[in-house]
Amino acid sequence: MKAKIIITPKKAVLDPQGKTVQNALAQMGYTGVTGVHIGKYIEIDLAPGTDQAAAQKALNDAAHKLLSNPVIEDYRLEIE
Amino acid sequence: MNIAVLQFPASNCDQDAVHAVRLLGHSARLVWHKDASLGDTDAVIVPGGFSYGDYLRCGAIARFSPVMQAVKNFADNGGLVLGVCNGFQVLTEAGLLPGALIRNRDLQFHCEFIHLKTLTASSPFTNRIPAGKTLRVPIAHGEGCYFADEETLASLKANDQILWQYCDAGGNVTDTANPNGALQNIAGICNERRNVAGLMPHPERACERILGSDDGKWILESIFAALKDQPATQAA
Repeated sequence: MKAKIIITPKKAVLDPQGKTVQNALAQMGYTGVTGVHIGKYIEIDLAPGTDQAAAQKALNDAAHKLLSNPVIEDYRLEIE
Repeated sequence: MNIAVLQFPASNCDQDAVHAVRLLGHSARLVWHKDASLGDTDAVIVPGGFSYGDYLRCGAIARFSPVMQAVKNFADNGGLVLGVCNGFQVLTEAGLLPGALIRNRDLQFHCEFIHLKTLTASSPFTNRIPAGKTLRVPIAHGEGCYFADEETLASLKANDQILWQYCDAGGNVTDTANPNGALQNIAGICNERRNVAGLMPHPERACERILGSDDGKWILESIFAALKDQPATQAA
């Protein structure tokens, strides 16, 4: 089993990396790009047979406390 | 006074902080991040550096060190805690100070002297700074851009919690004097109770003329003065 956590900067937070990449894309001729947001992707291996609901609860807790900073970031958790 | 300076793996301003405290005539000792107690301590400095390699986010791992629970208890009891640079990041991650420090707006690591305007003398970290004096102190960070949501910023202002802003040599708070894009040029803040403060610049690196400036001593002297005025308010 795997948990995937995708962390992105909140919309109100300055994202200079995203802005720089957006500018580079525009310079390269890729049109129609209206925003680039750079975050993090964390993959967590879970022991086989882990209870999905319990893992969901524990990882939400971990994502809130450690894996993301709720002041500046949003996250999305997927378990598969 | 007896100052505890925390030491995390990859702290690198811990010895500077100890040196500066001793230079100003007080005692300082290092407290290892795995220690669960601060021992006999009048105030705590969380020093600069790259604790835990800045992995995940600056300060994100350090806040879970055993010593941080002791620091939290110390702060809850009214003890004075100053976070410098990475120490500021650790204190925001730990929730002891509001907001967060994010990547500098130009994506560059800035290592240079900057100027600071002190907004209030009414804190244990600013009470000895001469009125109207612009402090010249160094910065050295890649993630020092202070961010907080609008509501938090409004309450920081309303409660007089913004202690320092980046300014030019003449004391003017301008965008060009802002090295990292910090909202409202914020370089340092304190909590609502005014016993925990953090700033990105390094006062401990600017306590001797031979190092280019001794303006940083005013911040440390403020702490010593506050401790003298209110002795033994807490035990760790």
